[in-house]
Amino acid sequence: MRMDESGRSGLSQIAMMPIHFLMGVLDAPLRWLQRATGINGMAAFFLLPNMMIFGVFVLLPFFINFAYSMTGGTALFLPDRSFVGADQYARLFDCGSYIDPGSCAEDTFWTAVRNTGWFVVLQVTLMILVSLVTALILNRELMARSFWRAVFFFPVLLSPVVVGLIWKWILQRQGLLNFGLYSLGFDPHVWLNDRNWSFAATIGVSIWAHMGFYTLILLAGLQAIPKDLYEAAEMDGTRPARAFWRITLPLLMPNLLVVVVLVLIRAVQIFDEVYVLTGGGPGTSTLYLTQYIYETGFAAQLRNPGLAAAASILMGAVLVVLTLLQLGLGRSEKKGGRK
Amino acid sequence: MGHIKLTNVKKSFGAVDVIHDINLEIMDGEFVVFVGPSGCGKSTLLRMIAGLDRPTSGELAIDGKVVNTVPAADRGLAMVFQSYALYPHMSVRQNLAFGLENTRMPKDEIAARIAEAARMLEIEPYLDRRPGQLSGGQRQRVAIGRAIVRRPVAFLLDEPLSNLDAELRGSTRAELAALHARLAATMIYVTHDQVEAMTLADRIVVLRAGRIEQVGTPLELYNRPANRFVAGFIGSPHMNFLEGTVESMHATRAIATLAGGHRLEVPVGSATVTKGARIALGVRPHHIALGGGEASIPAKIRLVESLGAETVLHADVAGQKVLVVAPGQHDLEPGADIGLSLSAAPIHVFDDKGLRLDHAL
Amino acid sequence: MSRIVRFLTRRRGGKGWHWTDIVTWTWLVGGLLIMFGPAVWLVGSSFKSPAALAEFPPTILPYVTQKVTVEGYDKPLDLYEATLEDGSTVVLAEVRRIGVMSQMVDPAKPGEIIKVNIAKRTPVREMSFATENYTEPFTHFDFVRYLWNSVFVTVTATLITLVVNSMAAFALSKYEFRGRTVAMLLILATLMVPLSVIMVPLYSIVSALGLFNSLWGVILPTVATPTGVFILRQYMLTIPDELVDAARMDKASEWQIYWRIILPLTAPALAVLAIFSVVWRWNDFLWPLIVLSRKELYTLQVGLSIYSGELNVQWHFILAMTVVTMIPVVLVFIFLQRFITTGIAGTGLK
Repeated sequence: MRMDESGRSGLSQIAMMPIHFLMGVLDAPLRWLQRATGINGMAAFFLLPNMMIFGVFVLLPFFINFAYSMTGGTALFLPDRSFVGADQYARLFDCGSYIDPGSCAEDTFWTAVRNTGWFVVLQVTLMILVSLVTALILNRELMARSFWRAVFFFPVLLSPVVVGLIWKWILQRQGLLNFGLYSLGFDPHVWLNDRNWSFAATIGVSIWAHMGFYTLILLAGLQAIPKDLYEAAEMDGTRPARAFWRITLPLLMPNLLVVVVLVLIRAVQIFDEVYVLTGGGPGTSTLYLTQYIYETGFAAQLRNPGLAAAASILMGAVLVVLTLLQLGLGRSEKKGGRK
Repeated sequence: MGHIKLTNVKKSFGAVDVIHDINLEIMDGEFVVFVGPSGCGKSTLLRMIAGLDRPTSGELAIDGKVVNTVPAADRGLAMVFQSYALYPHMSVRQNLAFGLENTRMPKDEIAARIAEAARMLEIEPYLDRRPGQLSGGQRQRVAIGRAIVRRPVAFLLDEPLSNLDAELRGSTRAELAALHARLAATMIYVTHDQVEAMTLADRIVVLRAGRIEQVGTPLELYNRPANRFVAGFIGSPHMNFLEGTVESMHATRAIATLAGGHRLEVPVGSATVTKGARIALGVRPHHIALGGGEASIPAKIRLVESLGAETVLHADVAGQKVLVVAPGQHDLEPGADIGLSLSAAPIHVFDDKGLRLDHAL
Repeated sequence: MSRIVRFLTRRRGGKGWHWTDIVTWTWLVGGLLIMFGPAVWLVGSSFKSPAALAEFPPTILPYVTQKVTVEGYDKPLDLYEATLEDGSTVVLAEVRRIGVMSQMVDPAKPGEIIKVNIAKRTPVREMSFATENYTEPFTHFDFVRYLWNSVFVTVTATLITLVVNSMAAFALSKYEFRGRTVAMLLILATLMVPLSVIMVPLYSIVSALGLFNSLWGVILPTVATPTGVFILRQYMLTIPDELVDAARMDKASEWQIYWRIILPLTAPALAVLAIFSVVWRWNDFLWPLIVLSRKELYTLQVGLSIYSGELNVQWHFILAMTVVTMIPVVLVFIFLQRFITTGIAGTGLK
């Protein structure tokens, strides 16, 4: 991470000149400010830009979201909207039977909830398994380990839109997958027109896109386990399976918990790549919560910001619980006395 | 039962040879210390005996049975690691039990062995703590305890004291010696600290660059080092070396001229030394006496370190540095001229290749 | 060759092959195909003409039917290898097709029409890279516009992120003041408020500020990243406070301490944040999709998704534009991969 010394001279120095000049010009008024506020008062100055942006674009929306969820109508600005109390929540929860989305007033919401639920359960399980196996394999005595690590990490940086398009192209009628099946003597299939395959595709593609990231965190955890523990275990005649369950897994647990919670939080919010890949279809088979909120709030013919806000607050509550879970687990882990 | 024999053992990592052709026999119940500077291959040698690394060629036998292909666990050895390698998520008791559970030993037998080891090592109060809650010395005992409960034919100890502070190291050293006396098991101990080697070993194996320089009891190494390397490595402070040339020969003794022109009679045994050959005279700092007289070597004092019980003098003999440890207190100033007497000192003579000249004797 | 094989298959300590080695290499090679295969297929496809894209089964490399200009015909004709009735094969150009019969001419003798059953001719193909898939979007579509919008958003947002976050991190790491813990907790709590939860009210605020359909509306809500403040602060905490005190003794102002001492020393962490910020902003999708509704303001990601969602998808252009969209990220990946992976492993952020 060391700066290249030669890089500092020459061109970059010329490039930095206007910045140095600007910073120098700023110095005089700021010295005056510093005299007025004192040294510790300058802390507020340094904090101000971040806090302003943060307050306007994060805190404020967070609080008025509750207000939105208690108003109705299609008007955009809060003062133009009519107060309806808990009507939006009541509408979301108005169901004949919670198991059957068709019996609900807001049936797409419940479809999205159910889809997201299944997606989270399956995607999180598979993601953890695939990442863990990959991390274990990359942690072995391996030729060119950094190359293999890069192979699995590569899709992580791709934009969700690119990921969606890559796989849309592969899963389409004349795509690579059908070509492969055709060469093996099977019939081609229009995968993304099939409700079940489409759902499976969203799981597979999201794992493909993100597993490298979690593999990396797990691999870092595995590499932090001292090698001599395994040598001691080898001297003790420990079989590999027992060494895995009794040494590797317990020592990897902190990283594993972080990964589980991160995967959970991301899975609940899944949107981008699915929106490009399937658009929520066919029908509503891959409609997930974020897309429901987006469409209810912005894209629908009759948009309903209040309903979208209410749904987003319910989703936010789930995320808060998951994050607190992570913090809680992290703390109990620290209390355990390690690190 | 802990007889270990190494025959022509070699080890290379890729193109790099780290162990060259080692032949060594370790007797049952013996305390053998591998000592040498870092990178000399002593840890690799230990790991090969343990079964964690495999020799590239040669034969490794325990109790007469070749074990080259026997997995580490089945060699009946136990190892104490430099970092202790205690499982951080298990209590001390679980750490001790882990290896025994692998062999499907009955529970009460495991409990009995742990109790016995805990009593011996005085770690009973900590049995339910985790390694993270123990001090360095306590962890060290647990690591030894984990080896003891296995009842191994031999203990392998890889620099077990290097993570302890100086005071604790001294007392633990004494405890280790007592433990060896009590268990009467073979112990192979790796260290780079020659004091540990001298105090603990029945026999010391001095290694350098993957080769054995000398094997012997601590006093053999001290009194008759086989070469300049061993002479310099064993003993503290290090031995002084004075360069000189052979003037003439008289049976087993030779007259040598030092760099400053001083002449000296030295023992060369039955070795054949030609006149004019370059030699080095090794004298330990403790063996040099202060005082004038005809036979004394003129020297100039550079630095005086008064330690109370003894005085360490850094002196200069015709451009060569000489360290003298004189008992008692001496009122000397840097820059003063003194005489050094070697008349009572055992003098070790090494040829220009660094080999001891009277080695044949 | 055999030495290479031996080198690749050698095992630690000369131990033999174990079933876990087979699992390992199967997993790795399978991973290589699954991870890189789709992207490689996309790049390969992006050089195919629309006709080649519509073919099934597809070819691995881009092929087109060779054409030839024959005297007496206005348009270039497709070339075929035809088997004649006497069993000989000749290369002919197809004039027209009637039912199962094809009327063909020999390019050398354009006067004479030869009739061939269509089952007895195969097109003569040549490899051809349809580079117009790349050039046309630049000239005929707003692609340059989208590219520029994306670059503008990415660069501006990253610069603001670096300045604003490093200032906040400086305040939170080198000053003792009341409310510091509260500020820190507030910033960390933001991690729990992702965009998908606040998009409705955020949209109204951005509109109220007149930033709807403005690239600034895309940039500003993203720049106060809690992760940015967090990694910069963690790094600044490792800079000794004595350095700040020494600078004060040298009569430096607080502002000078910030940009002459703390910022240069934080360069490695700033670099990590800059790389992440570039990747984040370049890849952003949902928020630009909400804020930008005018075509000329689309970023690459939005433009791509809108075009690919049209009923009549022009895949040859979409694929080429997707490849172009991938390029910056692939460059980042190739040159800074090690940097990023250690960054992630160290901080656990993405």
